[in-house]
Amino acid sequence: MTYLTKPKFRHPALEKNDLGFTRRDYEGAISTLCAGCGHDSISAALIQAFYELNIEPHRVAKLSGIGCSSKTPDYFLGQSHGFNSVHGRMPSVLTGANLANRNLIYLGISGDGDSASIGLGQFVHCVRRGVNMVYITENNGVYGLTKGQFSATADRGSKSKAGGTNNDSPIDLVGMALMAGATLVGRSFSGDKGQLVPLIKAAIAHNGPAFIDVISPCVAFNNHPGSTKSFDFVREHNEAVNSLDFIESRAEITVDYAPGSVQDVEQHDGSIIRLHKIHEEYDPTNRVAAMNYLQQHHEKGELATGLLYLDPNPRDMHAFLRTVDTPLNRLGAKELCPGAKALDAINNDYR
Amino acid sequence: MPKPVEATNDFVVKFANVNGSGSASANELFARSILRMGVPIATRNIFPSNIQGLPTWYEVRVSGEGWVGRRGGVDLMLPMNPQTWDKDVASIDPGGYLFHDSSKPLPPSKFRPDINVIGVPLTEMANSRYQNPRDRQLLKNMIYVGALGALLDMEHGEMEKLVGEQYAGKERLIKPNLEALGLGRDYVREHLKNACGLKVRRSDKVGDRIFIDGNDAAALGAVYGGATVAAWYPITPSTSMAEAFGAHCKKLRIDPETKKNRFAIVQSEDELSAIGTVIGAGWNGARAFTATSGPGISLMQEFLGLAYFAEIPAVIFDIQRGGPSTGMPTRTQQSDLKICAYASHGDTKHVLLLPEDPGESFEFAAEAFDLAERLQTPIFVLLDLDIGMNDWLTKPFAWDDTRAYDRGKVMSAEELEAGKEFGRYLDIDGDGIAFRTLPGTHPSKGAYFTRGTSRNRYAKYSEEGADYVDNMQRLLRKFDTAKALVPHPVIKHAQHPTRYGVIYFGSTSAAMGEALVSLAGQGIHVDLMRLRAFPFADEVIEFVNAHDQVFVIEQNRDAQMRMLLVNEGAIDPARFISILHYDGTPITARFITTEIAARLKAFGKPARTKVVS
Repeated sequence: MTYLTKPKFRHPALEKNDLGFTRRDYEGAISTLCAGCGHDSISAALIQAFYELNIEPHRVAKLSGIGCSSKTPDYFLGQSHGFNSVHGRMPSVLTGANLANRNLIYLGISGDGDSASIGLGQFVHCVRRGVNMVYITENNGVYGLTKGQFSATADRGSKSKAGGTNNDSPIDLVGMALMAGATLVGRSFSGDKGQLVPLIKAAIAHNGPAFIDVISPCVAFNNHPGSTKSFDFVREHNEAVNSLDFIESRAEITVDYAPGSVQDVEQHDGSIIRLHKIHEEYDPTNRVAAMNYLQQHHEKGELATGLLYLDPNPRDMHAFLRTVDTPLNRLGAKELCPGAKALDAINNDYR
Repeated sequence: MPKPVEATNDFVVKFANVNGSGSASANELFARSILRMGVPIATRNIFPSNIQGLPTWYEVRVSGEGWVGRRGGVDLMLPMNPQTWDKDVASIDPGGYLFHDSSKPLPPSKFRPDINVIGVPLTEMANSRYQNPRDRQLLKNMIYVGALGALLDMEHGEMEKLVGEQYAGKERLIKPNLEALGLGRDYVREHLKNACGLKVRRSDKVGDRIFIDGNDAAALGAVYGGATVAAWYPITPSTSMAEAFGAHCKKLRIDPETKKNRFAIVQSEDELSAIGTVIGAGWNGARAFTATSGPGISLMQEFLGLAYFAEIPAVIFDIQRGGPSTGMPTRTQQSDLKICAYASHGDTKHVLLLPEDPGESFEFAAEAFDLAERLQTPIFVLLDLDIGMNDWLTKPFAWDDTRAYDRGKVMSAEELEAGKEFGRYLDIDGDGIAFRTLPGTHPSKGAYFTRGTSRNRYAKYSEEGADYVDNMQRLLRKFDTAKALVPHPVIKHAQHPTRYGVIYFGSTSAAMGEALVSLAGQGIHVDLMRLRAFPFADEVIEFVNAHDQVFVIEQNRDAQMRMLLVNEGAIDPARFISILHYDGTPITARFITTEIAARLKAFGKPARTKVVS
């Protein structure tokens, strides 16, 4: 019930991050989703990631479309501006917001209905434009808010709660993102906080289009036998290619791992993504190989998770457009209006 | 044989060409030469939705009086396109002139006995002088321009000067073009002395006016108005506006030190994405716009409702074309009033600005960004193809350097810190406009959740009937506030008291001004009111109430402006008489004069039926 405010009371010994914020400062309104919903775990992971990264909540802008997933930005980062836009169109709104002020962190929250059906076009185009953002789909393979219709990511042959079988081929958002040019691509599971939190942190630090597909079972309409997006199914078929730590540039690197099983990737801002390789042959910096790997494992009915692709030196839309460093929303008439004298000269060009 | 038409600085020349044949720049050179002689002109491009091979026309009205509307009729026709020859020849006014390529003999049936035929062997001349097929085609165009100039007694030196300006930087093209111009001129001097009774004589009627199309002007207005984000999808006839914005920005918006851009232009994947990007940028405090046409407006409906209800500044330039559906993509109409005024589902009302020409397109474009941020709502600037894609003689652009941008009610971090009450939808000032905050403003105050769902004054989700009604009533108050802020109508009273009024707007203005003079010549006096915006200021309704009958002149089938007047002013529909022109060509003074005179003749029993052109 969003109109219920959370009590402000907090334990005096509650841990604080470097900015002096407690985890509570990163929370939002009370969730109205079903108890046990995977989406709430993702919100918790987001709270954890922003808390650990010492990011001031108000420097984040949260944008979403329509659906269960798109409601969640109300449930975390209560001190951030949020924009619950229209169905499937969050990517364009986020693009515009990013153009106006390049200095904020843009978090796009969407779902499989929002991004794989009505919004597939905007999703792909936003990615290919190189918008600097963290784009998360909370993917449950089902339309929860309208009570259980298949979504476009539902696997062929998957059973609905009402007993129907899905005949249509699934859309693989991870494959789409790789093809469209996302420079950080990951997949995770809402039930795997250990993998999800560092993945989100890496995406936040990433200076380009970062996409994370999070399989998030719908406890009300897609958590039954026959579903390929249920808790049990995902746990059984989860093939993690790696697990990761995210290490900020200023943190001292102390932990040692056995050589050969660890790969450090340094991002543009100096932060390091430390990958514990579970599948030795998997190279997350090779986009084409990543696409092949994913397809092969999908054929086997396995769900590859982890950091699937990373370009450590991405470029973003502002670099492509060569925009000034000052956010466009801070420019005034002095910088924008050429003035009367210039206009006289322009008039002359039209005589 | 009627008497050959004789006229100085008052006639219409029309060129019929095939598009993609290079005729456009030659024809424009002809038109600009007349301007350089100080004689006002009005030009119209009539072109197909196609790149190469279909008929296209270019009409030049020479008007010493300075009328910039379309007159109607043709005095001198140049049918350079065999496909349309018969129709073109038929369109010449009796006593007018046919200027044609006489290289191949044509049977007498291809001509008319009541017109004057002037033949110049253009193809023969071009082929004997030039070897390269492309040169033959392009320079043939220049030969006819040279010949035409000589026929009309134009100053050859002005044409030569323009050739020099047009090819500045491509010097090797200047010589052959000058030569071709001369070939045409010499042929006429030798063979066709006094063949044409139409003349251009140097005058001083152009003054300091400039010659520019409305899309270019609106784009420049957007630069001056502080637009930094443009998102658009190509669609005729709006494309050239987005492109002109880019061209102006490249000259006027580069940071002198870093050479980086103080603007961002995104060519979106469709119109939905374009308006979404504009809304995102507007939400985040940048001045943003899109340029589109009717089909784009149809696609943007859902987002326009969001911007209305969530109260986000946005500027939409709609360069109207013939609808519905794909309609007539390269023809003009004023048929998007209704869909813009009430865009999206549910109860909405939107602000429309209605410029009359490129001069006002510049002004209104700049002003639209102030209005959007002041009113926190979409502002539509409605041009049409006639204004947008034709060059018009218009007053030079002016800018007051003391003018500041109105960024509207945006609460700052300092105000929040000082404890000023913030409610995103809280009407503190009674004008229906609430304060907003921009993302990232303050660490712990002023954040809110923007949504298209109903909410209370503090932006909390609410489905309470009272909250919803409270919000909808405030939006009405805001719309009422807009009445005083938008450009007011321009009213012009007749010299003699009259019971008849005329309402018009947009590109009809040029033709209406001229029609007024010819009506007065027939002893018909009417008061005029030119609408410049929606919502209607109070004087609009007062004007209607002060007249027994009011003509409403529009370029659409369904009298959409009349609909808005009846609806918003709660006026008896019987007071209005619609004059409607919607065949895709720009309305003419002749049409308006004839229609109004005919209706008034029939009074005491006033005709109230619609007239279709």
